[in-house]
Amino acid sequence: MSEITHQPPDQQLLSLSVNGERHELLAESRRTLVDALRHDLGLTGTHVGCEHGICGACTVLVDGAPARACLMFAAQAEGREIRTVEALGEGPGGRELGDLQRAFTEHHALQCGFCTPGFLMLAEGFLAERPDATKEEIREVVAANLCRCTGYQTIVEAIDDCAARRRASVCEEGSCG
Amino acid sequence: MTTEKAAAQEHRGARDGALIGTSARRREDPRLLTGRGVFTDDIQVPGMLYAQFVRATVASATVTSLDLSAVREVPGVVAAFDAEDLALGDITARLGRPAAEFVPTSMPVLARDRVRYAGEPLAVVVARDPYAAEDGLEAAKVTYETRTAVVSDTQALSPGAPLVHDEAAANTLLDVSMFASEGIDAVFAEAACVVEVETRTGRQNALPLETRGVIAAWDDREEQLALRMPTQVPHQVRTVAARCLGLDERAVRVLVPDMGGGFGLKCVVGREEIAVGAAALRLGRPVKWTEDRKDALTASFLAREQHYDVRAAFDAEGRILGLDADIVCDMGAYSCYPFTAGIEPLMASAEMPGVYKVPSYRVRARAVTTNKAPSAPYRGVSRPQYVMVVERLFERAARELGMDAVEIRRRNVITDFPYTGVNNVTYDPGSYLESLDLCERTLRDEGWYEKRDVADAAGRHLGIGYACFSERTGYGSTAFAQRKMEVVPGFDISEARMDTSGALTVTTGTMSHGQSHETTMAQIAADELGLELDKVRIHQGDTDRITYGWGTFASRSIAVGGSAVRLAVAKLGEKLRLIAASRWDVPPDQVELGRGGVRRADGGGELSYQEIADIAYLKAHLLPKGVEPGLSATASFDVFNDGTFSNATHGVVVELHEGTGQVEILRYVCVEDCGVAINPQVVEGQCRGGIAQGIAGALFEEITYDAQGEPSATSFMDYKVPTALEIPDIGIQHLETPCAFTETGAKGAGEGGTIGAPAAVLNAVNDALRPTGVELDNTPVTPETVASALEHA
Repeated sequence: MSEITHQPPDQQLLSLSVNGERHELLAESRRTLVDALRHDLGLTGTHVGCEHGICGACTVLVDGAPARACLMFAAQAEGREIRTVEALGEGPGGRELGDLQRAFTEHHALQCGFCTPGFLMLAEGFLAERPDATKEEIREVVAANLCRCTGYQTIVEAIDDCAARRRASVCEEGSCG
Repeated sequence: MTTEKAAAQEHRGARDGALIGTSARRREDPRLLTGRGVFTDDIQVPGMLYAQFVRATVASATVTSLDLSAVREVPGVVAAFDAEDLALGDITARLGRPAAEFVPTSMPVLARDRVRYAGEPLAVVVARDPYAAEDGLEAAKVTYETRTAVVSDTQALSPGAPLVHDEAAANTLLDVSMFASEGIDAVFAEAACVVEVETRTGRQNALPLETRGVIAAWDDREEQLALRMPTQVPHQVRTVAARCLGLDERAVRVLVPDMGGGFGLKCVVGREEIAVGAAALRLGRPVKWTEDRKDALTASFLAREQHYDVRAAFDAEGRILGLDADIVCDMGAYSCYPFTAGIEPLMASAEMPGVYKVPSYRVRARAVTTNKAPSAPYRGVSRPQYVMVVERLFERAARELGMDAVEIRRRNVITDFPYTGVNNVTYDPGSYLESLDLCERTLRDEGWYEKRDVADAAGRHLGIGYACFSERTGYGSTAFAQRKMEVVPGFDISEARMDTSGALTVTTGTMSHGQSHETTMAQIAADELGLELDKVRIHQGDTDRITYGWGTFASRSIAVGGSAVRLAVAKLGEKLRLIAASRWDVPPDQVELGRGGVRRADGGGELSYQEIADIAYLKAHLLPKGVEPGLSATASFDVFNDGTFSNATHGVVVELHEGTGQVEILRYVCVEDCGVAINPQVVEGQCRGGIAQGIAGALFEEITYDAQGEPSATSFMDYKVPTALEIPDIGIQHLETPCAFTETGAKGAGEGGTIGAPAAVLNAVNDALRPTGVELDNTPVTPETVASALEHA
């Protein structure tokens, strides 16, 4: 493009740490974290469903805890470690499914897949904190996000199954007493 | 092998290694689970601009001025266009019915001098970033001469009401009276029992979590406007966009990225996408629009707001004698394309007798226009409502006659098929009685009837409710033509193409957006040739790849689209057979297809598909005379009867809580029959998700309007979408009555869950309210109404 790109006022240089990589970007102070992730860093796995913090499609991990990326300004994420769905897989480029993702496909816990990254990050953050979570606790946490396709049952089952398998594998390693 | 799978194979005479009937892992999942899915808003195109819409802030008004000059001065804004600037053709949906029955109305792409709902688009603002586009909206100056808004069906029909469209007298867009059985008044006059239900159902949003959007870009090389957008009906969007923009249809290409749900909201042609296309043409730049949630909730397409007044006559033994129905659907401000405002009333009036042997029937069904966002079809289309009304009538009659609520249904369901009803519809075989029996037996075996007795004795409020229903799926051109749609959906087309490596690509005119067609249609295609699933790729959502298609709605995709897939692959198979037979110099009927290749029946030779493809493309001199090079085949499928009926019975147990008025669902059982289940896990997913949306309509979701036509719900704070704490686990059992005329024996499975849930839930609530003498017939049933009803206990 030959024309000069529109330069919005009030820009600041931000440094974000996302999925273990550092990124520098120029952004307006009003730019939300989810817009910075999606449109500045090209991490479009995180989705936007409502922009007012209810649906949870934009859930990412901020310092390990689930957070709504639509309710944070990108500037607020400086100095924090951000993790998105792109970092959840295994193998080259994260293209192989991790255990939580495998549980989702085995249980048919997704249909259109739009809300799925939010549920995955919600579950990832929650299970890290509460590996012994009961199915009812999982259901309560799943109620933080909205899904319009599945009716939630298989999402709860997938997370519960993943948690159970993780506990079993810890036991196999002999560290569960 | 499961019995379902055996039945599936037997029905289709399937080949080895059948995938049909197995819960094959979804082909869609790996990309969607790793953030590599590509949804419309994920796409960035070099030089792209961003659009948003100036929308009406009042529900009904004459626009006295629209000044965009300040908008154009906002930093970052590139352009702003109103209706006059863009000069586009209107979107007009028509029915071939006389003026007394149907009034066509036009929906302009951008409103001109009149606005008819709060949120109606007036102008499109294009800027260099989405934030600047939002800034631009605030600088628009619009003045209105407000008119009295029409905000209810009662107001719309009252004498002297203001007119939403000047051409539609009494605000009525459709008014049909049908099936007036002779002597029906005498039937009602002499019946042992006449019951009546009047019900109103709330206005809902289908609410795909991905809002609408588009990226419009002119492609100089193809001389085409590409519209990348989430739509269930890519070809219909192409047809209408070309007409509105004054282009040849070949100059528009609709491409559908991954789509975050639709549920009907995306199966009509919207106005914003066309306006963005026009802006892209004007500016010579790609333009993106992503709808925000507030606009999606209030200004896109809504559904479900209906008013029923229905009487049913029964004899003393509980046999239904007649149905007499008056149905008014509030369709909002415009007729949706291509279905028209007739979509809801025509569905309800044609289908209402449902699974029951109803000897006499009379119905008047109307579509009224009001100053609310327009209606589109929403999963189930009117069936959630009329099933609820009819099931309420049966439970009420059972109570009046002192009969069991399941027994009265048992005496009336259709058991001899095919059955032609009083509504002139012929029902193909289903398992109405079997599903009812199995559902009741399940709740009895689990002890819920005893638990209800215990609760009664303890003064708790436990209720059991059922819904027994069928759902017409696989509407062909014939069935849609009976609606008198000017644009008649029905058939679908598929193209199968094999490459030199023996891998198969199958293109379909349907458009999956969560239904798993990349998996289920691949199962159908792979089975036809005996291929591994990963040797088949399903392609959809590109209007340049197939001549026409009708997309995905009305639970049509597997029944109709899946049949076209099987026929196209079978046709390709015949060519593979011909080529192989010629190599061995044996007649074509002496060779067999399967297990990845073709072999001689006498065991005298085998050629892999790859080897045959090698001949078809790279050694064409070896082809037999008259056989053209290449391996591709196209086939279409249509249904020439009344379609095929899926059916189910839902059984629900609820407990009502005093004080809070909470309706707690303790148990939900669904016994469903969609014919051959191509992928049982996918079918169960459709059931569960559908039921969740039905529960949402029964208990939670509604957009109301104030007297000025302002919508109440502008965010998820006000529009109460149920979460995992409101939607219970759902037990599903399958029956299988294969369809005799689809190519796989499958019937549609997409909508049934949503159809049965409101009736079953409402019946359970009313069963729990027995001691109070209060009956609730309107949805959503809110905690306030339940708490207030329980105070009568």
